[in-house]
Amino acid sequence: MIEFRSVAKRFPDGTVAVDDFSLVLPSRQTTVFVGSSGCGKTTLLRMINRMVEPSSGEVEIDGESVLGKDPVALRRSIGYVMQNSGLMPHFTVIDNVATVLRLVGVQKRAAHERARELLEVVGLDLALADRYPSQLSGGQQQRVGVARGLAADPNILLMDEPFGAVDPIVRADLQQELIRLQRDLDKTVVFVTHDIDEAFLLGDQVVILDKGARVIQVGSPSEIIDNPADEFVSAFIGVERGRRALRIKETPHGRVLVDSEGRTQGALVEDGG
Amino acid sequence: MSWVLDNVDLILQLAVVHLRQCVIAILLGSLIALPLGWVAWRYRLVRGPVIVLTGLLYTIPSLALLILMPAVLGYSAISETNLVVALTIYAVAILVRSVADGLDSVDAAVRQAATAMGYGGFRRFWTVDLPLAGPVILAGLRVAAVSTISLATVGILIGVTNLGYLFENGLQRRIVAEVLAGVLAVVVIALVIDLLLMLAGRAIMPWTRASTNATARRVRLPVRAAA
Ligand SMILES: Nc1ncnc2c1ncn2[C@@H]1O[C@H](COP(=O)(O)OP(=O)(O)O)[C@@H](O)[C@H]1O
Ligand SMILES: [Mg+2]
Repeated sequence: MIEFRSVAKRFPDGTVAVDDFSLVLPSRQTTVFVGSSGCGKTTLLRMINRMVEPSSGEVEIDGESVLGKDPVALRRSIGYVMQNSGLMPHFTVIDNVATVLRLVGVQKRAAHERARELLEVVGLDLALADRYPSQLSGGQQQRVGVARGLAADPNILLMDEPFGAVDPIVRADLQQELIRLQRDLDKTVVFVTHDIDEAFLLGDQVVILDKGARVIQVGSPSEIIDNPADEFVSAFIGVERGRRALRIKETPHGRVLVDSEGRTQGALVEDGG
Repeated sequence: MSWVLDNVDLILQLAVVHLRQCVIAILLGSLIALPLGWVAWRYRLVRGPVIVLTGLLYTIPSLALLILMPAVLGYSAISETNLVVALTIYAVAILVRSVADGLDSVDAAVRQAATAMGYGGFRRFWTVDLPLAGPVILAGLRVAAVSTISLATVGILIGVTNLGYLFENGLQRRIVAEVLAGVLAVVVIALVIDLLLMLAGRAIMPWTRASTNATARRVRLPVRAAA
């Protein structure tokens, strides 16, 4: 369990990235921070592994403040996946995946063996193992990034817009892959995105944020869709337009639901019928 | 031509001496430039002064440096030390900037990713920052090497023997072949060293070959007065 207690972050230049943030992130679940660019999502995420130190408040992991832990050891124990993969351009794929294992002192042979397993777990061809990141497609790089984040088998995985820079088809693929992985691995995942559809797809708990990481609404995807906290949320999640604004259309074969563009999304069925 | 054939031994011997002087200067220059370049990169406030001062060193005419430095540091003006110190100073002038530019060229996202993986600062510098700055630093090193090799010939002005001896001796004795042999030897050594550095770079930095968008090689040379 990760807990934020009245956390604030003011950068030296005066920017208040996080105003006053409190939240419990349950273990073995995926919590998604969603909000527009600059609202403080990355700052929140980086306070968990101490890449950013809070100006006030506490971040706790299983009841222990992260501020009491050695930052380098803490980071090695937490997986981190970022946008544009952040892979080391001068390491081969296999060395990238093995990075954290090597840092914690695993012998090269054993680390590579484990890294190869992970490449398979994330669905990458082992033939890519000796390539450099620049020789991979964007989607492949993100898979390597996920494998690297998982390498040391961390309990916590932080993901900062990991699929933000790949094309929609590859993104959908990666999202499904993550859902499958999470079913098997049961990590505590903290996922950052500005895409509300991605948030609803991946999140057990979705946190909608505004400037200064102000929490607008927290809940499961269905709680939020059923009962948006305010108009901002309704507009943000698009219940009034687009794919979620469904209306009933009568057809010779019964009633169907169509979206605002007239595409049929499903049939209307009676409960228990 | 016959002069060259008769004096192959002398030319080779001078080339070895020349190379030794230059290699020492380039190694010393690299050792000094690395921490200075790092400081210039790390601490914004001192960056301007460090770059400007080392750049200014490069504008000091070599003869002036050869006369001034012994007076400052107290060694003989007609010693090999004097030449090597002067060459080292010029190498530092080029390399400090290359090191700072090289470290600048490292993608901030990669640096942050390394921190997030759990690299400590020291380890990150040696395994992430420095190797990734490598292509830019190597470009500077190649310029420094070639310029040192040609500059070293001024040693003859203070009585330090190297390939520059062929220039002076050839002039005095009016043997054109000897002067040309000296020029050619310097050029060949410079080209060979440059080639070796390039090949070494490819061997140590294999990812630069794989990369489709390799780091642009940039070397900014300080302006230099005539030697
Ligand atoms: N190191 C920093 N120094 C100053 N301001 C920063 C720094 N990092 C982030 N910020 C500012 O803090 C705010 C939140 O940033 P961030 O957490 O990166 O937002 P998000 O990830 O939601 O896009 C932004 O206004 C950003 O400009
Ligand atoms: Mg961000």
